[in-house]
This record gives sequence, structure tokens and C-alpha cells, in this order.
Amino acid sequence: MAILEVTNVHKSFGSNHVLNGIGFSLEEGSVLSIIGSSGSGKTTLLRCITSLETADEGKIVVNGNVVFDSENQHKFTKDEIRKARLSVGLVFQSFNLFPQYSVLENVTLAVKLHAKDRPDYKANKKAIIEEIEAEGMELLRKVGLAEKRDAYPCELSGGQQQRVSIARALAMKPDILFFDEPTSALDPELTGEILKVIKGLAADNMTMVIVTHEMSFARDVSDYIIFMDDGVIAEQGTPEQVIMNPQNERTKAFLSRFQQ
Amino acid sequence: MTEILLNAAQGGFLNSEFAEVSISLLDGLWENIRLFSSTLLFALPLGLIITFGSMSKFRPLKYLTRLFVWVIRGTPLMLQLFVVFYVPGLIFNVPMQDRMTAALIAFVINYSAYFSEIYRGGIESIPKGQYEACQVLGMTKGQTFFKVILMQVVKRVVPPMSNEIITLVKDTSLARVIAVSEILMAAERFSRKGVIWPLFYTAVYFLVFCGGLTLLFGWIEKKLDYYKG
Repeated sequence: MAILEVTNVHKSFGSNHVLNGIGFSLEEGSVLSIIGSSGSGKTTLLRCITSLETADEGKIVVNGNVVFDSENQHKFTKDEIRKARLSVGLVFQSFNLFPQYSVLENVTLAVKLHAKDRPDYKANKKAIIEEIEAEGMELLRKVGLAEKRDAYPCELSGGQQQRVSIARALAMKPDILFFDEPTSALDPELTGEILKVIKGLAADNMTMVIVTHEMSFARDVSDYIIFMDDGVIAEQGTPEQVIMNPQNERTKAFLSRFQQ
Repeated sequence: MTEILLNAAQGGFLNSEFAEVSISLLDGLWENIRLFSSTLLFALPLGLIITFGSMSKFRPLKYLTRLFVWVIRGTPLMLQLFVVFYVPGLIFNVPMQDRMTAALIAFVINYSAYFSEIYRGGIESIPKGQYEACQVLGMTKGQTFFKVILMQVVKRVVPPMSNEIITLVKDTSLARVIAVSEILMAAERFSRKGVIWPLFYTAVYFLVFCGGLTLLFGWIEKKLDYYKG
């Protein structure tokens, strides 16, 4: 069964129709890259799936949980939406780390807050906190920042900050991890470290959706590529199909700009 | 030897006019300090509640709060002192029993309105991305505000708040208009007898008080300097 099912999603801001009926599905453990020029609706699509924006129309199902359904919207309470959100993680273009917390605290803050809902929290508070911190350290090791656990975000490079934000998203154990142009805010020489971390996650079979402008990276890491144009999916398929042998004229024009 | 010193002290300082004025002004200052600290105690949290009102998505509440802030900021504090002190007696026939209480009510209302605007500026200056990060991490609104946003707001509002709080120190003297026996009123008791200098001498007390606060706020800013943003 598909872990992510997006059906006929529409979204407008005023008279600006950003998404005009997007539909696709994604299998567990696969990596999908969404490419397309600025303003084609990539980021809005991501924001609709992660509930940062509410779509106008359509249906979004993550791992069997309906996170949005325009037919049945009234059934969702705020708390349900908040819980449904937990099945998806999002890494932002601009990191959005919490400046007043150390690296490890950034990674563990939300997990600790959610642990308070556990029925055994009061009895085992100390053990639970220790476990969360150990898991946080494990994630920091994974992104190569264990030695920075007590540093503050302002003391890190952009690449290091983005790696912390990946660890922070992973700490919530999401079913799917979304990346919104994770390297666009970075100096070119720093993008490599992020791409390496994402490749590592792909090797661990993490389901991921990546909005990116890094074509060669998208080709290497993805199982599947979607090319978006003007709020619709203009072309989709394997990297070989979409990037190496595009059929659509718009895809060809878009890709040729990258090959120059 | 001790006796001589004691006599000298008694004759020279303790019995002097200067000592009498100093002690009497200190008594007056004590009233200013009481008004100052009680105003802070109530106005700091009340300001935050007003902020929530003025940022509410429920429009009637939002506009009502903003109307309140406009009236309070748009009229003199001195006038507000008169209103709080005289209006209950004039209109409702329940005269204010205690001048200090009346002054405190007026000050708390006035300063919480100013504080609320400083808080609002601080809250609105926090980037949207901070809220979105909390949202995708499944935090509740309360957790988002108290665990993530508030500390960043505190850091941002320390400089404007120190400004406002130092203004409050000097504003406490306005309580004199409803005859709270604060430091300026104490000094005026001497000037009425023809001794003018105590009036100017009060400046020393204010300078010391504000100097101490300046040091305190500098220390707080330094404490919050461990992170940027």
C-alpha cells in the first residue's frame, strides 16, 4: 500500500491558483524529488501535505491516516490535525532552529513535550528523559554533529544548522520526511554535506519527498521524479525517464537551463 | 575618643539640616519605590494579557483592546490619576479611601498599556518560521508560546522595556498630584519654608535609583547574550 496518497489537490491564494489538481502516490521506503521552476507550486504542495497550509480541495492520506479531505473537513478537530501532522516531518529551507536552545535541546525539545502525554511519564520521568536524550545523541552522530551537542545554532555554519534540523525532524520518527529546498539557503560548498546526509537516509530506506533544484542529486538519490509546472504535474517517472529522457516540452526547456 | 566622634556626628551631621532633609527625602523615596515595584508587579503580567487581547483573532476583543490602549496612551497619566482618585467618589459615591491605592491603579493601567505594545512588537518580530517549526513538530499553541517564542520575545524587549521602566521611576513622582507623600512632596515641604535646595537634591536620589536599574538591565542583556536571534 502506498504510504502517501495525494488526490486532486487544489490550492489558491486569492485569485492566484497555485495548485490545480495534483495527484500522486508514493511507496514506503522510496525517495521522490519534486522539481520545477520557481512559482510552479512545489513548496505550496509540500506545505499542504504537512498541514502548514490547508488545501482548498482534494484528499491527502499519510500511512492510512487521512490528514486532509475536503469532503469530510468538519470531522477533524485541531488536536487530530496536530496528531496527524506527527506522521510527517519537514526540513525547512531556512532551518528554523530554536536559537535559545542548544543543538541537543533543539533535537529533543518536541519529543520531551510529547512524552508528557505518556501515561507512564510521571513514574518513569527520569528514564524517559534519559532515553530521549540518548536517542537525540544517536541522531546527532548520524548527521555527524555529536561533538556540537552543547553549541547554540548561532555558533554553527549553515550546513551544520541544516543537519541539526534534519536530526530534529527525525527525532519525531516521522513516516515520511519532507525537504523544502534544503540546500537553497546554503553556500555551494556546504550543499554537499546535506546531500550526503540525505543519501545516508535513503540508504536506510527512509521515505522522503525532496523539493530541490539540485538536478544531479535528484537524479542520483530519487526513485521517482515529479516535474511541476504551473500548478500541475507536467511529467513524472523514474529519473531516467524524466531527467535523462524528458518527453514534455516544458520539462525539456526547464532541464536545458540547468545543463548550460 | 568615641564620645568626641559621636558628639561631632550628632552635632555635625545627624542634627544638621542636611541630615534632616536627607532622611525626610528618603522617607518620600520609599513611597516612590513602593509605587514603582507594585506597578511592575501587576503591570508586567497584565500587559501580556492586553497583548493577547490586541492580537486576538476575535475582532471585537481586538478592537476593544486597541481602543483601550489608544485612550490610555492618548491621555496624560496625570489626568488618569485624577480620574481614578476622584471619579469613584463623584459618580458612584464611594470615595477612594487610600491615595496610594488610587495611584497604583492608575499606574498599573497606564503602564500595562505601554508594556502591551512593547510585548506586541516583540512577539510580531519573531519570524514565522519559528511558529511553523513548532507546528510541524506537533507542539500545541501553549507549548509553542511558552517553550519557544517567549524567551526570544524577552530578549528582544529588554532594551525597550528598560527604557519604559526607567521612565516609570520618574513618573512615580506624578502621584504627588493626588497628595501621595512621595519624594517631591517631601522636598516641597522644605521649599514652602523657604529652603529651596532639597527640591534639586531629589535629583541625586533619582539618579542613584535609575543608575542601579541601568546596571541591572545591562546585566540581564549580557545574560541573554549567549544566543543570537
